[in-house]
Amino acid sequence: MTVRPQKSGKAFSFSKENEKKAKEFISHYPKSKQASAVIALFELAQRQSGGWLPEEAIVYVAQYLDMPLIRATEVATFYTMFNLKPVGEHFIQVCTTTPCWLRGTDAIMTTCQKELGIGAGQTTKDKKFTVVEVECLGACVNAPVVQINDDFYEDLDAKSFEELLLALKAGKPIKPGSALARQCSAPVGFSPQANTVKVAVKKAEATKKPDSPKAAAPKAQTTPRPKAKLAPKASTGATKLNGKSAPRTGQKKNKDV
Amino acid sequence: MPKMTINGKEVEFEAGMTILQVAEVSGVEIPVFCYHPKLNIAGNCRMCLVEVEKSPKPVASCAMPAAEGMVVRTNSPYVEKARKGVLEFLLINHPLDCPICDQGGECDLQDLTLYYGPGVGKYKENKRSVSEKYFGPLIKTWMTRCIHCTRCVRFASEIAGTSELGGVGRGEHTEIVTSAIEGAIASELSGNMIDICPVGALTSKPYAFRGRSWELTKTDSIDVFDGVGANIRVDSIGTEVMRILPRQNDDVNEEWLADKSRFAYDGLKSQRLDRPYVRNNKGKLVEATWDQAFSAIALKLKDAKKERVAALVGGMVELESAFVLKQLMLSLGVKNIDCRHDMSDYDVSKPGHYRFNTTIAGIEDADVCLLIGTQPRFEAPLINARLRKRYFQNGLQAALIGASYESTFPLEHLGDDAAILNEILSGKHSFAKILKNAKAPMIILGEGALTSTNGSDIHTLARAIADTHKMIRKDWNGFNVLHTSASRVGCLDIGFVPVKGGLGTREIIQKSQKGLMDILYLLSVDDIPPSALEKPFVIYQGHHGDQSAAHADVILPGAAYTEKEGTYVNVEGRVQRAFKAIFPPGEAKEDWKIVRALSDYVDGGLEYVNLDQLRHAMIAEFPHLKVLNVATPEAIDASKATDQKDVKGKLKPTIANYYMTDPISRNSLTMARCTQEIIEGKWPKLGLIGE
Ligand code: SF4
Ligand code: FES
Ligand code: FES
Repeated sequence: MTVRPQKSGKAFSFSKENEKKAKEFISHYPKSKQASAVIALFELAQRQSGGWLPEEAIVYVAQYLDMPLIRATEVATFYTMFNLKPVGEHFIQVCTTTPCWLRGTDAIMTTCQKELGIGAGQTTKDKKFTVVEVECLGACVNAPVVQINDDFYEDLDAKSFEELLLALKAGKPIKPGSALARQCSAPVGFSPQANTVKVAVKKAEATKKPDSPKAAAPKAQTTPRPKAKLAPKASTGATKLNGKSAPRTGQKKNKDV
Repeated sequence: MPKMTINGKEVEFEAGMTILQVAEVSGVEIPVFCYHPKLNIAGNCRMCLVEVEKSPKPVASCAMPAAEGMVVRTNSPYVEKARKGVLEFLLINHPLDCPICDQGGECDLQDLTLYYGPGVGKYKENKRSVSEKYFGPLIKTWMTRCIHCTRCVRFASEIAGTSELGGVGRGEHTEIVTSAIEGAIASELSGNMIDICPVGALTSKPYAFRGRSWELTKTDSIDVFDGVGANIRVDSIGTEVMRILPRQNDDVNEEWLADKSRFAYDGLKSQRLDRPYVRNNKGKLVEATWDQAFSAIALKLKDAKKERVAALVGGMVELESAFVLKQLMLSLGVKNIDCRHDMSDYDVSKPGHYRFNTTIAGIEDADVCLLIGTQPRFEAPLINARLRKRYFQNGLQAALIGASYESTFPLEHLGDDAAILNEILSGKHSFAKILKNAKAPMIILGEGALTSTNGSDIHTLARAIADTHKMIRKDWNGFNVLHTSASRVGCLDIGFVPVKGGLGTREIIQKSQKGLMDILYLLSVDDIPPSALEKPFVIYQGHHGDQSAAHADVILPGAAYTEKEGTYVNVEGRVQRAFKAIFPPGEAKEDWKIVRALSDYVDGGLEYVNLDQLRHAMIAEFPHLKVLNVATPEAIDASKATDQKDVKGKLKPTIANYYMTDPISRNSLTMARCTQEIIEGKWPKLGLIGE
């Protein structure tokens, strides 16, 4: 199918403050090269339209920058970060590239199924959540990584991710960053105050036993990577079977599915 | 000059050339898909990979500048392997449907796979399939075959100047589409995308499944749908023109062709005059023999007063028949002859006055251009393409006085009143300053200005502007007249204008309307008001039963441009020869022969027995016609300031509908479709495949 942006059915124009930002972006480029600001303006437009870029906004930005519509459409359809159809309030991007996948992405996807009832590329009925699979988010060191709206949530496992989702469902604030309270990309548990790495590593092992890399990796290798688009019916099945939410079971069942 | 080594041979090159270009001039062939010499470099197909010493990877030669001391190999096993790999990948998703593909036999992918590709593919999975797109009535799409070279996209945005095509999506999901709002591609040059598409993704809709390239007889010819004189190749089978393609001539059409010239050929098959007709005493046109037709004319001519006889020549006529007609008329004592059937009337005493003196290729040196009463986009799409090329490459400051239109390059509209010219001449207008400061300014004077009632004054004034702004120098001639018809400049060259004391077209028409003319000889003239044809005895010689034929008293069936040999002189004064591709239908004859035969009935004294003789006579009288395919700028008489009259009046457009301007295109189904789908915007909903 040809990639085409959806229509929102509403006229689009920049809000006052976005207008100001847009002008600022355009001023970064030489005169008559204003079209260079197209990506920045799309980003503004996407935020303003609630996380996605309707056709109206693309047409508006193309006119705003005095560029042919098709050139703008090319840009909008090329970059996967522009959503061409509506997304939920919480836009969940699950990294499923190799490092994250080795560290348990499958469990994250299953949790989505279980908690939200949706798989990759789907949006909940109440328009609260959208889940997509993405390629490397660039934070592999804290794999597995999930990006929810603008923030990264790292070092996740089924349980910590489930907690995040439950909090979001309940409308409670969630804290971005590592679920293991890791500092940046330092070894888990390392803190400048304690100043000893050894203790930190021990602590980490204690907390992380259930899915330590050694245990998970060999299984993972034999498990096919779940396809991006699970048929909805099959997904429901998987959700039930995966009730225990143990990552390994989940992976096995996935294989059966 | 820097040197490099290609395949062990040392070659010199100019700095700035790419490896591919160096290879080309040194006779080494490198296969390409996305590279096109007239388009910007994209470097996305990788077919042109070569081995460059000390480079860790094969290098895309089309995008890599050649450098001093480079050692390049294009024939090593390493390169062969790279090419095989590229082709294998291209063929992963390309359907192997050559037997049902219209590009078969002239497909780059087919040829290159044959020469450089792997014998078999390893890919067993499903191929990608892409839905058809609507590109208008001229281009048939089969997008599954697209290899994403983006030539068509670059052509649309760079040459045609209508950014309507683009590649949306990414990777395997990339598709070439028209703008988000689907519709026909509104460009007069869209047919060229068919030529530049290296595969069968874009093919000709009117020609779909009509023939194979190897079955066609190819004849070199010259286009007659506008004054540019584009070089064309007529492909025919038997007695039928199957299609028309451009031939490369960088001085004229480069390698492009306008859509009307390319697609109107189906008009050659309908409404043709294939036998003589004579109007009987009941007022009905009935079939006749040549003898009857000529006798009827002779009878009329014998008693006619010569001042009440006139001959006009139409826009598609080749020079030879105009020449013999002029000779015939002069020997009969007829002074009322004119080739300017559009009623333009201005001083044509010097060739420079009516030619495109800058020359078409010369446009690329201009920096300022003033258009007066012309819309080159519709009147001469290929000249428009040059103007755009100049704008695209180096910038061109252009302005228009005349009816505004959607130009394919930025064009400042100064207004449509000729009075602005007075202001420019006197230096009061702001554009006068721009012209003054320009290094190589040019004026293009179009028929919209020349056919207005004070066309002659506008012409004088334009010459004065050219003179005062130093447009006529030793190294530069910026005075241009843009005619819309193929025959005009040639006919002016041989003086097919009223002889001293004779009448011009405007008077001839006025007198005919009043019944003051007895005989009108129309050589393929179809665009004069029918009211002028009611009273006089009209002889119509031409190939289509169009507007004039219906009012004719004698019809002499002639040959269309594909059916006769002929000489054409384009707007620049370039003399070009066309050859005969097919025979005229039925009893129709080549036009010069008809005039020659008539001469015997009316004692016209024409003696020619073949075309060579005729050409000799013509060249003897007009020696410049001997030199083929050159255009030399001609000087103009700068009018003195005292000659100028102030001019005023709105300048009207000359072409209402680009797709229908002459008997052939008016009878073409394809052109009717273009009118409907492109101009009126009524385009059909898409099915899955095909039309
Ligand atoms: S349609 Fe033809 S010219 Fe256009 S990108 Fe595809 S292969 Fe290239
Ligand atoms: S692989 Fe997931 S962030 Fe890099
Ligand atoms: S021809 Fe060089 S990359 Fe296509």
